[in-house]
Amino acid sequence: MSLSKKDVEYVAALARLHVSEEEKESLSHELSRILEHASELQKLDLDGVEPTSHVGVTQTVIRKDEPRESMPPELVLQNAPDAEDDQFKVPAVMEG
Amino acid sequence: MVELGIGIRQLHDALQRRELTATDLAEDSIARIREWDKDVQAFLKVTEDDARQRAKVLSGQAPQGLLEGIPFALKDNMTTRGVETTCGSKILSGYIPPYSAAVTEKLEAQGGNLVGKLNMDEFAMGSSTENSGYFPTRNPWDLTVVPGGSSGGSAAAVAAGMVAFALGSDTGGSIRQPASYCGVVGLKPTYGRVSRYGLVSYASSLDQIGPITNTVEDAAIVLQAIAGHDQRDSTSVRLEVPDFVSALSGDIRGLKIGLPKEYLDLGMDESMRAVFDTAVNQLRALGASIHEVTLPHTAYALSAYYLIAPAEASSNLARYDGVRYGFRAKDADNLLDMYNKTRSQGFGTEVKRRILIGTYALSSGYYDAYYKRAQQVRTLIRRDFEEAFEEVDLIISPTAPTTAFKLGEKTSDPLTMYLSDIYTIPVNLAGLPAISVPCGFISGLPAGLQMIGKMFDEATVLRAAHAYEKATDWTSRRPQIAKGGRA
Amino acid sequence: MDFETVIGLEIHVELATKTKIFCNCKNEFGAPPNTHVCPVCMGSPGVLPVLNEEALRLGIRAALALHCEVRQSSKFDRKNYFYPDNPKAYQISQYDEPIGEHGYVEIVVGEENRRIGITRVHLEEDAGKLNHSAYGDSSYVDFNRAGVPLIEIVSEPDIRSAEEARLFLEELKAIMQYCLISDCKMEEGSLRCDANISLRPFGQEKFGTKTEIKNMNSFRNVQRGLEYERSRQEKILRGGDAVEQQTLRWDETTAATILMRSKEDAHDYRYFPDPDLPRILLTGAYIEDRLKEIPELPTDKRNRFEKEYGIPGYDAGVLTASRALSEYFDETAKHVKDPKVASNIIMGDVLGYLKTAEKEIDELPMTPAHLVELVGLMENGTISSKIAKNVLKDMMESGKAPKVIIEEQGLVQISDEGQLKAIAERVIAANPKSVEDYRSGKEKAIGALVGQVMKETKGKANPQMVNQIIIDLINQA
Repeated sequence: MSLSKKDVEYVAALARLHVSEEEKESLSHELSRILEHASELQKLDLDGVEPTSHVGVTQTVIRKDEPRESMPPELVLQNAPDAEDDQFKVPAVMEG
Repeated sequence: MVELGIGIRQLHDALQRRELTATDLAEDSIARIREWDKDVQAFLKVTEDDARQRAKVLSGQAPQGLLEGIPFALKDNMTTRGVETTCGSKILSGYIPPYSAAVTEKLEAQGGNLVGKLNMDEFAMGSSTENSGYFPTRNPWDLTVVPGGSSGGSAAAVAAGMVAFALGSDTGGSIRQPASYCGVVGLKPTYGRVSRYGLVSYASSLDQIGPITNTVEDAAIVLQAIAGHDQRDSTSVRLEVPDFVSALSGDIRGLKIGLPKEYLDLGMDESMRAVFDTAVNQLRALGASIHEVTLPHTAYALSAYYLIAPAEASSNLARYDGVRYGFRAKDADNLLDMYNKTRSQGFGTEVKRRILIGTYALSSGYYDAYYKRAQQVRTLIRRDFEEAFEEVDLIISPTAPTTAFKLGEKTSDPLTMYLSDIYTIPVNLAGLPAISVPCGFISGLPAGLQMIGKMFDEATVLRAAHAYEKATDWTSRRPQIAKGGRA
Repeated sequence: MDFETVIGLEIHVELATKTKIFCNCKNEFGAPPNTHVCPVCMGSPGVLPVLNEEALRLGIRAALALHCEVRQSSKFDRKNYFYPDNPKAYQISQYDEPIGEHGYVEIVVGEENRRIGITRVHLEEDAGKLNHSAYGDSSYVDFNRAGVPLIEIVSEPDIRSAEEARLFLEELKAIMQYCLISDCKMEEGSLRCDANISLRPFGQEKFGTKTEIKNMNSFRNVQRGLEYERSRQEKILRGGDAVEQQTLRWDETTAATILMRSKEDAHDYRYFPDPDLPRILLTGAYIEDRLKEIPELPTDKRNRFEKEYGIPGYDAGVLTASRALSEYFDETAKHVKDPKVASNIIMGDVLGYLKTAEKEIDELPMTPAHLVELVGLMENGTISSKIAKNVLKDMMESGKAPKVIIEEQGLVQISDEGQLKAIAERVIAANPKSVEDYRSGKEKAIGALVGQVMKETKGKANPQMVNQIIIDLINQA
């Protein structure tokens, strides 16, 4: 299993990461090696084996529908890189 | 100066006898950090003003609980309200959490004195702490070798005697491997035993917080303090927390210990083999019986782990987008550009690598072949352990195939770095509790023995580790750097 | 060639819980920006979700009310995408194991009963809200809505016209309101609808290429948007071209659909089970309890009203549009001799009044018991229907009992024959022309005389009696 530069571009776009041309080259090589290793899993017969996504807790976990105080306003925007009028400010979002 | 590594109970007794005050302990901790941390570089942040103030309050009274007035530090992926929490990443530089992690609250409520936040591989991705977005941490036993990772700052700070104990987090060995490299005790509790609320997620289904301490008793004391159900963490179990400290009977006669035959083929070097064999013999001498067990799917654990962990991480780390907190790149042309630049400049190479792998493993058309298969393999690995635990009470192995390696030695090749977690990773996949306890030295560097227990049976793990520790003197050995300060 | 329209709807309904789905912040519309937020719903590092039991309960109730099979074991998945209103950059949703599947909704189209299939119902969290600056250079994010519990309802492509789509939505809204699952206010976004639409030649089994329309923010706009898109696609097909698979946005001001994205930009959401949330495991008893919470649904109620009260289907439809209205009518009709009278009053005077007063039926001060009383007073002749109209108006405004109003204003109908006769004689004497007209065969002329009597009695005279008395008097003369 190997990853082409095109695969790297596609995945980087999904992950919102910018990768330079050189990085694409080295990443496609490195990622291919890791995936080669992962391809060992293809050898196993896994028919009928349930996947494990959680260990430990097996019951449904719910909480009561009781409102609690929200964050004090001064904490809400404390870490905001950019804010205006009590809202988080971002470059314009095109409808879509 | 006080020796912070003498044990939490010993420090507590001295406080009770009024031979020491909380201020003495805090000052000692701060002084040691001042003196040695420029070499070790375990701390990302030292909260000395807060620690002094807290100590002052605590010094006026006789300590109630065991942790009252005891200086400790947290790996920097546990949130501390009002105190910068970076996860070792530039993308969280300057981030002030609006709330404290469950473990932070618990330790503070019991009088523990937080003196700082500890270095780590960025977002806990790494096995050497060289992937920190700030600086690498060095091993107190030899400043030219790594402390292990990702909780390298925690292990180094404890080994150097800068704090009495620290918390680390363990996703694939990140508590046990650095504990082993630094000659201290590291315990990964059962998944669900300690609340993850406030632990910045790397791989949510694998992450677990645990203590890094000087002694096994300290590990039991700290686990006691942080364990228990938390309704803010849906994966935290509603189980009675046993008395871990009183479980330390020193007696392991009749304990059945399993040796997985597959582990012996996993690239363990000769000297590690010798150290390990000695440990096995010592356990046998203590009255335990040794049995060969089989964990047939061990060979697939690493591959499964390196799909599951990055996949979860790719999702967990997507929130670092420059909108609500943390770093935002300047001069972005538009929203997409802001996302791309922020994340590319804010994350380090290894983090980006794992995000890309994880994104790929989850992407359309590959999910079944990668992520789902890895989760199925996880089921097989769990079953392997379940079957082995029908025969034995405990499974042991070296914590890592080697002792600590040189800084820079493995950074160029991610795959060999990943191999250093070969013994620890299957444990996380199965969710089991495991400890690393010092078991000897190879060329002056510590080696660790891993003991793996049944689900929620930390008590047996601690009892065995404690008995072994008492029968050997490895945990009492301290690096030169820590001894330098002895009164 | 004639084309058949094929429509499937995707509806988001906000659940009427007190708190958000995964944290304890208030679920409340209209608060100042970022005041109902906490580290959990803002996606701060280290936070974890915990499921609100009420959201689960309402979700299951909704699935059952839509006749879905409920899964006893389901799970939450993460839907990964970057957007400033999506704080974790993933939405907690359900992918391949929704809580409910294979349901249906029954609607009446003209005279025909139609069953629209429900593919699935799943639980998820809402996103925050984006506001845009006037100059278009920045956007602003308010996270109050982030984490509000939603169910997404996906219909089968069983809908055959824009009108059917509207009827389906109205029915769905009524069901949700009947079951107290949501207030379903489209103007506040607690009910939102996207639609998939395609055309195919009649008789063809294979679906045509579909487009998706978003942003239709009222029932009227859903119908308009779908009608517009149907004719747009028809034009393309008639011109011999192919419809392109696209996502479109309905623009109310230009009354047209606008391209948002084409198929090439399709998302890769990388769904996977959320490791922070254990599976949802439900016992049979839990599901049984939710079933018990479901009241009589609109369709059943409609049929019952027709049968039990003998009112026309149209009336039954109007009176069951909301649960509160249907209960109001039910309470009234049960206790009157002729339920059609109650139906007429509620559909006419009451709904008319509510519309002008911009009120909901549950805000009406008049109780059903008082309305029953009023109808009784009309039926036994205590007041005339004309007086009743005025009394009713007063009742709806003040909430007073009809007897109180009638007494206060002295409105009791005059049914005393002697008294009426005296007045009638006076009126006949004063209007010889009308008497003459009546005698010469203009039956209508009697009305003028009755009107005079009513005027003299300030409307209190019993009109039927007056009518008879005048006829008798003229005939006797």
